[in-house]
Amino acid sequence: MTVVVYVPADAGALSLGAGEVAAAIAAEAARRGTPVTLKRNGSRGAYWLEPLVEVVTAGGRCAYGPVTAADVPSLFAADFLHGGAHALRHGATEAIPWLKGQQRLTFERVGIVDPASVSDYVEHGGYQGLKRALALEPAAIVQAITASGLRGRGGAAFPTGIKWKTVHDQPAGQQKYVTCNADEGDSGTFSDRMVMEGDPFTLIEGMTIAGIAVGATQGYIYLRAEYPHAHAALKTAIAAARQAQYLGPDVAGSGKRFELEVRLGAGAYICGEETSMLESLEGRRGEVRVRPPLPAIKGLFGQPTIVNNVVTLASVPWILVHGAEAYAGFGMGKSRGTLPIQLAGNIKRGGLIERAFGLSLRELLYDYGGGSASGKPIRTVQVGGPLGAYIPASQFDVAVDYEALAGIGALLGHGGIVVFDDSVDMARMARYAMEFCAIESCGKCTPCRIGSTRGVEIIDRILEGVDGERNVRLLEELCETMVQGSLCGLGGMAPFPVQSALKYFREDFRARVN
Amino acid sequence: MQAPPGPTGRILAPMETLSPADSAVVRRIVAEHQGRPGPLLEVLHAVQAALGFIPAGAVPLVAEALNLSRAEVHGVVTFYHHFRRARAGAHTVSLCQAESCQSMGAEALAAHARQRLGIDFHETTPNGRFSLEPVYCLGNCACSPAAMIDGRLYGRVTAERFDALIAEDSTTS
Repeated sequence: MTVVVYVPADAGALSLGAGEVAAAIAAEAARRGTPVTLKRNGSRGAYWLEPLVEVVTAGGRCAYGPVTAADVPSLFAADFLHGGAHALRHGATEAIPWLKGQQRLTFERVGIVDPASVSDYVEHGGYQGLKRALALEPAAIVQAITASGLRGRGGAAFPTGIKWKTVHDQPAGQQKYVTCNADEGDSGTFSDRMVMEGDPFTLIEGMTIAGIAVGATQGYIYLRAEYPHAHAALKTAIAAARQAQYLGPDVAGSGKRFELEVRLGAGAYICGEETSMLESLEGRRGEVRVRPPLPAIKGLFGQPTIVNNVVTLASVPWILVHGAEAYAGFGMGKSRGTLPIQLAGNIKRGGLIERAFGLSLRELLYDYGGGSASGKPIRTVQVGGPLGAYIPASQFDVAVDYEALAGIGALLGHGGIVVFDDSVDMARMARYAMEFCAIESCGKCTPCRIGSTRGVEIIDRILEGVDGERNVRLLEELCETMVQGSLCGLGGMAPFPVQSALKYFREDFRARVN
Repeated sequence: MQAPPGPTGRILAPMETLSPADSAVVRRIVAEHQGRPGPLLEVLHAVQAALGFIPAGAVPLVAEALNLSRAEVHGVVTFYHHFRRARAGAHTVSLCQAESCQSMGAEALAAHARQRLGIDFHETTPNGRFSLEPVYCLGNCACSPAAMIDGRLYGRVTAERFDALIAEDSTTS
């Protein structure tokens, strides 16, 4: 038996040199004549420890990190293949405090399994959810999702069960679709990417269950073009699932059909909006559609369509295996289950933290995050992507929960938290929010298309010190117009970061007001 | 060879013809995707992968084969940031400019990259070696600032690391 060594092939780990580390381990093992079996897993999500190398020992997986290629000879010298002592050793991976306190349901296999192997997936409990689903009536699957309290993790937090029921209730005998929104464009978010790269079969299984629940035979994953690693992982996994007959004309011997295809986006943030994504999947400009009709009734190619985010669909197998009640047992209020939170930006220990809803921002930023990466005080965090409000330090005790954040005028969105230290210039961040909206507006409605450009111009005048007070008032009015008058969330929410910057950090604007 | 479209683009380019070889590539790609539902983006991705960009002369060929108007195809090509209408440099360097990377100095890194390469965003160096593009999130936000060079992702990129990466790519091709 050769020793098994895990080196992540997750894009984030690769970006820090995991590929070079894997090559160095293979070369050093060959040089010493010590055979090792290298496995490429996803990331555990502790990016501050990446590249995180794990060795399978008699006592379980033992972690070393962050490892560079230059550390490899000393790791061998310390007999890391048998868990030897080394400055980079963290002991049992599961016992690392940052990971140990997490409640990993959706991410239970991410970083643990080989993302290219169906058999590894099955050995770790994979496809048990599908098995349960196939023993149920479709309506009972939908009921289980409704009872779990699962809400859309893409950002809108719409109850998933209601969406599925609407598609389920459309007359049978017509083509229905399951579409997965993998256009994870919010800055500060990477949970979709981690699932697709680290445990793609969970997403595939979730989509298959969705297809069986609503009577859809075709699924599409709409993946952003900025994710080439996820694209490769999904293509490999889909081919393997088809080969093992978990996809195709006879899913797991049930006689039911479900086909799945990945389609690439092309660098348009707006295509994360569901109707715009459908337009793009149909091969058109990603301009938003006016609702109604809802996609659940008239969606892709005019047919009843589920549109769910990656994490939403990837949560489905766990719910089927453990039951709706078990899932709903996590969380608080109307936010049931767990949320894979992404801690990003200027933070010492950033990464993926899956926890039940309800922990505080402060706990995340200081207990998990360890404060800012720069060592300076944290001044603000932006939660929920480029359309989310900036939250001042005075409100860090707020709970991570859809309603609690809405209560302070913020939003949870896709669960990304971007941290800024006290060197941040909030007037510039406000300008960026408008600039981003101008770059990414689909152009269909005027408040977004023109408003965002005017917003940049007004903030520029404020920054130049021209007529400050008057321009701040004008900016506030413009924000209100965009919020009230835009067709979708891009123009309707891009003012949120601007408004929050004006509300909590007015001094950054006032410094330029004469 | 046609001249590449100007930076602002034209509403509808005059008929520009592709070389017979490139025409054959485009026709083969369209034929491969015909019959699939909503194939246009897939076709454009394949054309860009094969030719490096989407030449204006490809637009009428794609339009005719998919029974779309030239305006529809042009509209899609120009809507998406990812599609290029002019040939890129030998290496495409994308720097993330979104919030997370900004919090870790992405603006200073971009200024350094501009100065180092002597070009602005959306430009290509005169020797055709590098194109510089902004990108709004590479999903590497716990390792900001992030960059992507020819599809390879890099995290915690400093000015020094950027220079080393550029030097590497200057010698490898």
